[in-house]
Amino acid sequence: MINKKVENVQQALMGVESGMTLLLGGFGLCGIPENAIAELVAMNVNNLTCISNNAGVDDFGLGLLLQKHQIKKMVSSYVGENDEFERQMLSGELDVELIPQGTLAERCRAAQAGFPAVYTPAGFGTEVAEGKETREFDGKMYVLEHAFKADFSFVKAWKGDAAGNLIFKGTARNFNPNMCGAATITVAEVEELVPVGTLDPNQIHVPGIFVQRIFQGKDYEKRIEQRTITPKN
Amino acid sequence: MLDKNGIAKRIAKEVKNGYYVNLGIGIPTLVANFVRDDIEVEFQSENGILGMGPFPFDGEEDADLINAGKQTITALDGASFFDSAMSFSMIRGQHVDLTILGAMEVAENGDIANWKIPGRLVKGMGGAMDLVASADNIIVAMMHTNKKGASKLLKRCTLPLTGVNCVKKIVTNLAVMEVTSKGFKLVERAPGVSVETILEATDGHVIIDGEIPEMAL
Repeated sequence: MINKKVENVQQALMGVESGMTLLLGGFGLCGIPENAIAELVAMNVNNLTCISNNAGVDDFGLGLLLQKHQIKKMVSSYVGENDEFERQMLSGELDVELIPQGTLAERCRAAQAGFPAVYTPAGFGTEVAEGKETREFDGKMYVLEHAFKADFSFVKAWKGDAAGNLIFKGTARNFNPNMCGAATITVAEVEELVPVGTLDPNQIHVPGIFVQRIFQGKDYEKRIEQRTITPKN
Repeated sequence: MLDKNGIAKRIAKEVKNGYYVNLGIGIPTLVANFVRDDIEVEFQSENGILGMGPFPFDGEEDADLINAGKQTITALDGASFFDSAMSFSMIRGQHVDLTILGAMEVAENGDIANWKIPGRLVKGMGGAMDLVASADNIIVAMMHTNKKGASKLLKRCTLPLTGVNCVKKIVTNLAVMEVTSKGFKLVERAPGVSVETILEATDGHVIIDGEIPEMAL
C-alpha cells in the first residue's frame, strides 16, 4: 500500500500558489471540497483560475473565494445564484469562460486518461465552437475540445482510505471522479477516512492511483441550495 | 389554450414504455407528474442519477441527493448514481431516448436558442448544448409567444444558438408542431385554439395539411 494520507488540510494544500489553475469538484453545493475551499481562503492565494461546474453561492462554496477576489478566471457551465459573481463578471474584474457541462466533464476525463483533446458534438454551430477546430465524422459535425491542464484537483468523497481509494455518495459524486488524476496533484478530502482494508475493492469508485493526498475532512456543512419537498397528503 | 401543466400533460403522451428521459428545468420538470403509471420510464438527471423519484417528504431531504436544478429529490428502487462524464456518455452516446427542454426561440430548421440574451446577464448553458447536440428525440416545451407577445417559432433564431438542426417537435400553449425540412408542420391545435390564431402567433413557415385535430389530453 502506498500511503497518501496527510494529517490535515494545511499539509494537503502545501504547494498551492497564486496564479495556479485548480479543478474543483461539485455540482452546485453538492459534493464540493468544503475544507479545501476554506483553506484556500485562509492561505489568501489569488489570481486563481478555477474550473468547476458552478461558482457557489454568495457566502458558500467558491463564493467564499470570490468575496475575497482570489479568482481571476472561472471556467464553468452554469453560474447563477451568486450576486457577487455577477457583479465581478459585469465589472470585468472576473474573466468567465462558459462551456457545455458534458464538455467540462470530458475535458477533465481527457486529462485524466491521457487524451490531448476530444471531439464532441456539443456546441457545434454555436459561439462555443468559434475559433475551434471542427471536423465531420459520418455526416455529423464535431468540435475539438482540449484536455484541461491544471496544477491541483480538489475533490470530496464520502469514504476513503490511506491508499487514496474513494467512494462517493448519491449525486455528490458528479465531477469529483473525473477530476481525480486530471491535475498534477489530486487532493481528496473525505467525510470518513477508514482503515485500509475495510473498503470492499469491488465497491471502489476511484482507485488510489489517481489521488496523491487524502485527508479526513471536518465540520461539513453540506448546504442545500433548493430545499424541495413533497407535502405529506 | 393550454397552461404550463397542460403543455406538460400533452408532452407526457410522448413518453413511451421503456424510455429513459431527461427533463429540463421549468415546464419539462412538470412532465413527470403526468406520465402514465402503467408504463416503465426512468428519469435521468445529468448531475448523475438515473431513476430519479419525487421530492422527499419534509425532514427526509438529503444534501447529497439533488437533481440538475439543485432541488432535493429521491432515488427510486433500481436507481443508480454515476459521475458527470458517464452521465454525458448516456446523453452524447444517445442512450437517453427522449430529451424535453425549454427554449427562448426555435427556428423552422430545428435550431434552438435557450441560453443567452446578449446584453443581459448570462448564467451559462449547463448541459443544454450537450443534450441538444446529441439527442435523437428532442421535444421543446414552451409558450408560443414571449412576454411581449412576439413569436418564439421563427424563420431563423435571433438569439445565440444552443444547437443547430436538432429540435424534432414543439409543444406550446397553442399547438403541437413538428420540424420538417420544409418548415413547422402543424399537427395539433390546443383545445379551443383556431388554426388562424396559431398562424398569427408563428413567425416561421407553417405547413398545414388537411384538417388539424384538437389535442386529446
